[in-house]
This record gives sequence, C-alpha cells and structure tokens, in this order.
Amino acid sequence: MRKITWALVATVVTLVISAGFAQASTRDEVQKRGVFQCGVSTGLPGFSIADEKGVWAGIDVDVCKAIAAATLGDATKIKYVPLNAKERFTALQSGEIDALVRGTTWTLTRDSSLGLNFTGVNYYDGQGFMVSKKLGVKSALELDGAAICIQSGTTSEMNLADYFKENNMSYKAVSFDTHDATAAAFDNGRCDVLTSDQSQLYGLRTHLSNPADAIVLPEVISKEPLGPVVRQGDDAWFNIVKWTLNAMIEAEELGVTQANVDEMKANSKNPGVRRLLGLEGIAGKGLGLNDDWAYQIIKQVGNYGEIFKRNVGADSPLKIDRGLNALWSKGGIMYAPPVR
Amino acid sequence: MTVHVTSPSPSLPPPASSVGVIGWLRENLFSSVTNSIFTLIGLFLIYKLVPPAVNWALFQADWVGTTRDACTSDGACWVFVGVRIKQFLFGFYPPSEYWRVVTAFSMVGVLIAWLLIDRTPKKALVGAFTIFVYPVIAYFLFYGGAFGLPVVETYKWGGLMLTLILATTGMFFSFPIGIILALGRRSSMPIAKSISVVFIEFWRGVPLITVLFMSSVMLPMFIPEEMQIDKLLRAMIGIIFFQSAYMAEVVRGGLQAIPKGQSEAAEALGLSYWKSMTFVILPQALKLVIPGIVNTFIALFKDTTLVLIIGLFDLLAVVQAAFADPKWLGFSVEGYVFVASVYWVSCFSMSRYSQHLEKKLHTGHAR
Amino acid sequence: MSNSSQKQSWWYNARNRSLFFQVLLVAMLVGFFWFIGSNTLANLEKRGISTGFGFLSLKAGFGILQSLIPFDESNTFGRTFVVGLLNTMLVSALGIFFATIIGFTAGVARLSNNWLISKLAGVYVEMFRNIPLLLQIFFWYFAVLRALPSPRQSWSAGDIAFLNIRGMYLPEPILGPHFNIVGWTFVLAIVATFFIRRWAKKRQDETGQQFNMWATAIGLIIVLPLLVFFALGAPLSWDIPELHGFNFKGGMTIIPELTALLVALSVYTGTFIAEVVRSGILSVNSGQTEAASALGLHRSKVLKLVVIPQAMRVIIPQLTSQYLNLVKNSSLATAIGYPDLVAVFAGTTLNQTGQAIEIIAMTMSVYLFISLSISGLMNWYNKKIMLVER
Repeated sequence: MRKITWALVATVVTLVISAGFAQASTRDEVQKRGVFQCGVSTGLPGFSIADEKGVWAGIDVDVCKAIAAATLGDATKIKYVPLNAKERFTALQSGEIDALVRGTTWTLTRDSSLGLNFTGVNYYDGQGFMVSKKLGVKSALELDGAAICIQSGTTSEMNLADYFKENNMSYKAVSFDTHDATAAAFDNGRCDVLTSDQSQLYGLRTHLSNPADAIVLPEVISKEPLGPVVRQGDDAWFNIVKWTLNAMIEAEELGVTQANVDEMKANSKNPGVRRLLGLEGIAGKGLGLNDDWAYQIIKQVGNYGEIFKRNVGADSPLKIDRGLNALWSKGGIMYAPPVR
Repeated sequence: MTVHVTSPSPSLPPPASSVGVIGWLRENLFSSVTNSIFTLIGLFLIYKLVPPAVNWALFQADWVGTTRDACTSDGACWVFVGVRIKQFLFGFYPPSEYWRVVTAFSMVGVLIAWLLIDRTPKKALVGAFTIFVYPVIAYFLFYGGAFGLPVVETYKWGGLMLTLILATTGMFFSFPIGIILALGRRSSMPIAKSISVVFIEFWRGVPLITVLFMSSVMLPMFIPEEMQIDKLLRAMIGIIFFQSAYMAEVVRGGLQAIPKGQSEAAEALGLSYWKSMTFVILPQALKLVIPGIVNTFIALFKDTTLVLIIGLFDLLAVVQAAFADPKWLGFSVEGYVFVASVYWVSCFSMSRYSQHLEKKLHTGHAR
Repeated sequence: MSNSSQKQSWWYNARNRSLFFQVLLVAMLVGFFWFIGSNTLANLEKRGISTGFGFLSLKAGFGILQSLIPFDESNTFGRTFVVGLLNTMLVSALGIFFATIIGFTAGVARLSNNWLISKLAGVYVEMFRNIPLLLQIFFWYFAVLRALPSPRQSWSAGDIAFLNIRGMYLPEPILGPHFNIVGWTFVLAIVATFFIRRWAKKRQDETGQQFNMWATAIGLIIVLPLLVFFALGAPLSWDIPELHGFNFKGGMTIIPELTALLVALSVYTGTFIAEVVRSGILSVNSGQTEAASALGLHRSKVLKLVVIPQAMRVIIPQLTSQYLNLVKNSSLATAIGYPDLVAVFAGTTLNQTGQAIEIIAMTMSVYLFISLSISGLMNWYNKKIMLVER
C-alpha cells in the first residue's frame, strides 16, 4: 500500500509539464469578477476583525478597501477571506485570494522562495513581550525559564528562539494556531509571557479578562515590516497594490483627507495634489486604472494617517503611538515615492 | 372406595424482604458486600455531581437579558448564548435571508421523515424527488443567484447551518460513491478491485484532519490556475472522499450478508450484473445496513467539528470565536455546554433510532 | 449481418467486457493523475515554490514544547518530524492504555447485576460517545484546566510533586551507574517466566501435575530485580522539582496539553471500548456458561476458560479498530498545541517551509503505515483464531 502510494507520487512527479496556461493579470480578473478577494486574519483587533454582524474593520481591512476602491471604484466590493497563519501563503499561491493583507512580515525567504512579492509596508512593527504585572518583570532579560505563548508558524517563533539563545536564556514555547487561542492560554495563566508583534499585543490585550493587569515590555527584539503581499510574476497587479499604499501615504503628506478631498479636487492649485487626484500627469494610465483611482481611495477610505488613527491610533481602544509609522517628515519612516 | 381429596395448603407469600421496593433494592443494589460498597460509591458520586450541575445549569442560571450585567447569580449565564444564538445558528448569513435556510432544512426534514416513517404513500416518488430535485432547490436556497434570490457567498455561512450542510452533503454524495466502491471491492475484475481497495484503505488509514489539510493546502495545487474551488467546497470534497471509504465498508458488510444463492438465482434468471445488483442484491443489502449508515452519519456529524482547524466557522468555531468578544469574556463553559448539548441531543436520538431499526430488522432474520 | 452478430458476440462476451471496462478504468485513472501531476508541476514552477526533500536538512529555528529526544532550535526540520512522531506515539500509547482500562471497567460495569452501577456506566457511555471529541478536548483544556492554580500557588503532594496550570511536576528518577544491571535482570526474568510457563503447561498436559506459576512469576519478575537493586546499593536517586523564578525546574513535567488530550482521548475512546466489551461478552451464548457450570467448573474458571476466550474473538478485532481510531484522533492535538506530528510537522514546519505537498504526503504516509501494518497484523490474527467451520 505504501509502495503504491509512493509509486503514485513518483508518477505524479515524473509526468510531463503541460503547456502553460494563458496568463491574465489579476487586475483584469478582479475587474471582470467585480469583487476583490482579500486575505485577512481570523480576528485581530485594530488590524482585521469582524464584529457580531460580520462587518470587517481594521487597518489591514482599510488597505483591502483602498485596493478595491482603486481597482473597482467601490470600496465595498470585497470578499474577505479570513486566514490563519498556516493557510495564508497557500491561499495566495493558489489564487484563492488576490492579495494578502494580514500583518505579514516581509522577509527574504518569503519574498524569494514562496512565489510571492511584498508590495510595501503598511505598518512597521517589532516583536515584543506582554507579561502580567503581578510577575514584577521590568525587562525581557528577566524572562529566563519563562513559559511563552506564541502563534505557530510565524516569524515570531524564530525571533524568539534567536533572542533567547543570544542572551543565554531558556524558555518553553507553547504554540497555538490562532490569536484567540494564544491569548486565551495567556489569560488562563498557561504562560508567563505572550509574544507577538507589538501592535498585536496591544490588540490582544483588549481581549484579556483584565487588560489593566498586563504590560508590554519595552524591548523590541525584531524588525517586523508588515505589508500587503501579491503573487510573483504579475507586475501590473503588483504595481496597483504598491501604489495604492503609496497614494495613501502621499495623501497624508499632502494633507488630502477624506473630508476635504472633494474640495481639493475642485480648487487645489498644488500640482502634487492635482497629480495625485488624477487631474494632471500620467494619472491612472500606467496602472491600467481609471484616472481618479487615488481620489476614490481617499474619498472612500481615507489617507494613511486617517486609517491609522481610526483603527489603531488615538481614536481606537488600542491607542498606539505613530512612532516609526509617522511620516518621514514627522520623525517616522513612512515615505512614499513621488506620485508623478 | 374413598376418595381422599387433599387440597394443598395455600402457598405463603414470599418474605417481605424479597418483594416490592425492598426486595428490588436487595436484589439489585445490595446483594453482596462488594455490591453494597459499589452502590454507596455510586450514590456518593451522584450526590457530588448531579445537584451542583443541575443547580448551575438550571436553578441558579440567568436566562434573560441583553448584556453581561444580567448575569448576577452563581449559575450559568445563558444570556451569552441567547444574545448570540442567531450567529450560532446561521453564522454570518444575512438575517433577511434566514428564511431560505429554514425552508431548506424544513424541507429536508419533511422529506426524510416521509421516507423513514412506515406506511406513507408514494415513497418512490418522494425518494426520487429527494435525490434528484431537492439538492438543486437546496443549492439555490442556500447560495442563491437564481429566481431573484441574492447570492450569499459561502464565507458567510456558518454555525449550526454549516455543520448540517457539511454533514448532509458529505452523506449524500458519499452514499453512491460508497456503493460503487463496495461493488468494486467485491468485483471479479482485478483492476477495478485493486483500485477500490487502494482507495478505501487509503482514506480509512489517514486521520480526517490530514485530509482536510490536504484539501485546503494541496488541492489548489492540483487544479489549473484559472480554476478556483471555494474553500467550503474543498473541505466538502475531502469529507466526501473520506466518508465514501467508510460508507463502502458498511455497504460491503451488507453485501456479504446476502447469501450467494440470491445472485446465483438472479443470474439463472438471465439478469445482467447491473440488473441483478439493482433489483435483487442491493435492495436487500442496503436495507440490512441502514443502522450502519446511521452510525457512520453520526460519526460524520461529530467529525464536522474538525473543519474549524482549517478555518471554517462551524457551530463549535462560531461559539469559540464568541469567547474572544471583550464584552463577553469568561463564558466558555456555557458555550461549550451549549454546543455539547446540541450535538448530544442529535447524536443520541439518532443512535437510539439506529438501535430501534436494528431490532426491527433483526426480527426478519431471527435464527 | 454476420458482422453485426460478431460485434454483438464480442460485446456480450463477459471476459471482453470486463477487459474493456478495466482498460477504460486504467485510462481514466492515468488521465486523472496526469491532470493532477501536470497542474501541480506547472503551478509549482509558475509560483516559484521550491520542491524536493532538501528542506529536511535545514535548520528549524523554532522551539518545541515537549520532546522525547533532545531538541533545540538549531536542529533540523527533519528532526521536527521525528519529535512530532514520537509525541504522537507517546500520547497514543498512553491513550490506549487508559482507554482500555476505562473501557473494560465500564463495559463490565454495564453488565453488572448492580442496577445503579450498570446505569451509571450506561450514562457515561451515552454521554461521552455522543459529543464530538474536539469539543471534549477544548473543554478539558480551556474550561477545566484553567481552574488549576498558578505556579506560585501550586497544589503539592508532600513537596515532591506539584500540580499547577503549567502542568504536573513529578520527581524524575536519575539512574545510577549500574542501574542497567537491574534492567537486564528484569528482562531476563520475563523471558525465563515465559519459558517456565511453557514447560509447566506442557507438564500439566502430560502428567496433570500443577505448578504454582503465580508465585514463581512474582518471585522472578518483582523480587529478583529488587534484590539485585539493593545488592547494588540502590543506584537510583530522584530529581525533585523546585520553584525557581516563574516556573518549576527539574523533575519531570507533564504538560497540560498532554493531560487534556489524554483525558479526552481515553474518555471518548473508552466509551467505544465499553460497547465492544459488552457486545463481546454478550455474544457468548448463555448455553456455554450454563454448560460449563453444569460440568462443575468454578465461576472464575467459567469466566477464564469459557467466556473470555470466546468473547475475545469478538472483542479483539473491534478493539484494534478502536485503537487505530485513537491513534488517528490523536492528530486533534493541533487544536490545543500539543506538539504531535500534525501540529509540529504538518503545522509549524509546513508553515515555515511552505512545502505543502511533501509534508502532507509524509504525514499521511506515517498514519497510513501505522494503519495498514496494524490491520495486516489483525488479519493474520483473525485467521489464526477463526473457528474452523465445516
């Protein structure tokens, strides 16, 4: 039986490669379908989470909306596909989703050997630790011997191993499939520490039975640039997703907001604003989109500063500082290439 | 000649300690020292477990309200379940379309009851309707896209509704495949036989969870890129293959129980293989295995919970997701008990039904 | 005319027809696999996904909660496979052990003439059999185990064993330098007992003389190794767990994931085993028991010599299939993070390497290998114990 199975596997592998299938850009497919399929997390406050009625919200969700607004002119024509860390790449590789916006860290391996391309960064994050106040721990270096709850299949797992090894400390990794299970185990006291990207720690903290009891330690042990991902080998679509993000950042820099975009479109003399809103320059031609693609993003979703504030910043329960995610002109590293 | 008539003296009643309540107690609970000890241990267990559980679940529980503030007593907080019951039943299905789900399930309920209850007329017609027409109706009711029904994408399906859909479609499609595989396994054609054996043993040899992993991460690689298979559909395909193998073994059991004389007689009458199978062997064999089929259905029904591991929102997954709601933290026991009771009531009644059938069918074959 | 009748006769020849169907079947099968294979290769190439088993020798770089062999982050992905496999075997073996005990107890209790006990056993069987296993696992892990105290408030037994939400901490035996001699004595004693038993049985068959097997066995297997143990100066010490910082250090740890999975698996499978045992015992015709009693056999002998051997013939095949189910069900470990084969290898490793096809195929073949070898063994056993009918 085993022999037969292996014989089958061998047959499969040795079979001739069939003629390549005609390749259409994801852009055309999305426009033909009229729906953009966006891969998001199964539930992470501030990034992508569905409420009781199944309405999705979060900074990642807003990026999905922006892509839909640019491509289809309608930010509501989205099918959200909730994915856990395990499924996310396969879902994208297999074409089940058109783009993955799920707090995914940009790494060399993922960019080069999974058949994927990272289009940019919509949130600069770093891995941190959350502990219960009762432990009295002030620094991550005091965590020797701790039991650590972690989501399996993430870069955090690797970073954690590196960090503890570097500092000659030992730990016990207790890993789970989903954010919810990880947070629940931490809440139960199964672990001393919950580790994940810092932004997620703030989000998960709102799910604890007593959020005030937990603190996030100051150490950031890794660079975690999180961004949207598309399939490799589809440059037209890659460009659209990349420039959707850039347009939102550029809009913030130019001071174009959801509220004033109509007025700006009608009255602004600023050539940068006019180029962004498709009144001058190359507009949507290079991307194969309507000229008002960026206008639609800002009108329907908002600029980067707005989505940050609304989902994870001052106007949200998470109240995360802009920090690295501030514009380059304001002390952060958010920087968009010129839209011209 | 004198006749001596001896009237027997009337028999004495049995001693008071061996009849009535006391007699029953002595015989059944305290017949020996060990038995008495066991009885006492059993009583102690009942005393320790049952009253607190009943108090928690019923007498001290909170039933009405809309927020967690309504839960003031020590008992269970059923308000949590009550507030989210619609989500538990329908997932994210749009509330304005609930009637479609309800209609579809009521229809299948009526149809199955019709087929199972004795002495209902026109069974053949209703059966044909269930097999050929109903699935089409159900598809349009659930998914929509025709007759003016708006499309409800499958990612919005969830809760008990998804559990039932997975279990029933799994059952519906695995049944014919299982019959073909069972026939294949008993076939005299060596290739057909070995293919069936390999298929059956393969799916029976691996855990369902790996099958689901396979259908969620490997299946997309197997098909051309421009073809898309929905996540739910992929899980269904995995479940159907898995279930077919089990079904095939159940049907094979039935086929084996039919005496060889039956097929020989059919052959002697000049019936072809398919005719003899359709009109002689299968009707008898399938009737024999109905209890077995019900049992595999129970197993499948319980196994559908595994789809939560690949990210589908079945009943258990929806309830578990609700635990993470910051407004309702700490009610996981209530949620689990709710799900457990839904499953328990369904599975227990089905298994009772299957036992009843077994008894009923046995009378015909009593030896 | 002759042409068509020839055609007909060709078609109506059963052998030709079966040949035709089989050729068609093979063609379909080959076509199907060709379709899948070519798509897969095309997809893999187009999406730039690496293939092959080279990843097995790459550095894994993640920690695993429980490992029976030494494992740390610098080991390979190949080793994660072994670690996962061993963890699966551990939980399966323990699960089979406890499920058998629970199942036999409940099965016999259900047939007890004590009304209360048989009803209680019935309630247990009906209750746990009809609730999905995954739900039971979640229940034990997330609802029951959370009631355990934190490490600093651990429940302790005589300050050598501790129980808290992080697990059960037990003293770990540390074997002294000559302990292996004790081990070998034990093994030899078992072998010797086996041969003595054969000899005793043969002698009894031939001469009718009985031999006190029990005393001999206890003497050999238990007393002898103990004597050797003390003769060597008791080469065994205990590593007692101690609270150190956040957690206990030293000793053996039984992680709560293992406990929850084990409890759920044994309780769930136990219900099925109980039913198997019950039906096995009931399958022995009451005439057999009566006949044996009529021959004057003592009640315990009736059970040992008449009922159990016959019941076993019914019980063993079904029992094995329950054991197989337990092994397969242990894969649900992934839901609560117990590091079994599916969680570690088909989970984390799959996710870190992205090589779904190779990993799922390897995982499936492990289960397939276990299932097929056990069912092969079972078929052999069934043939051996089958009643020879006329």
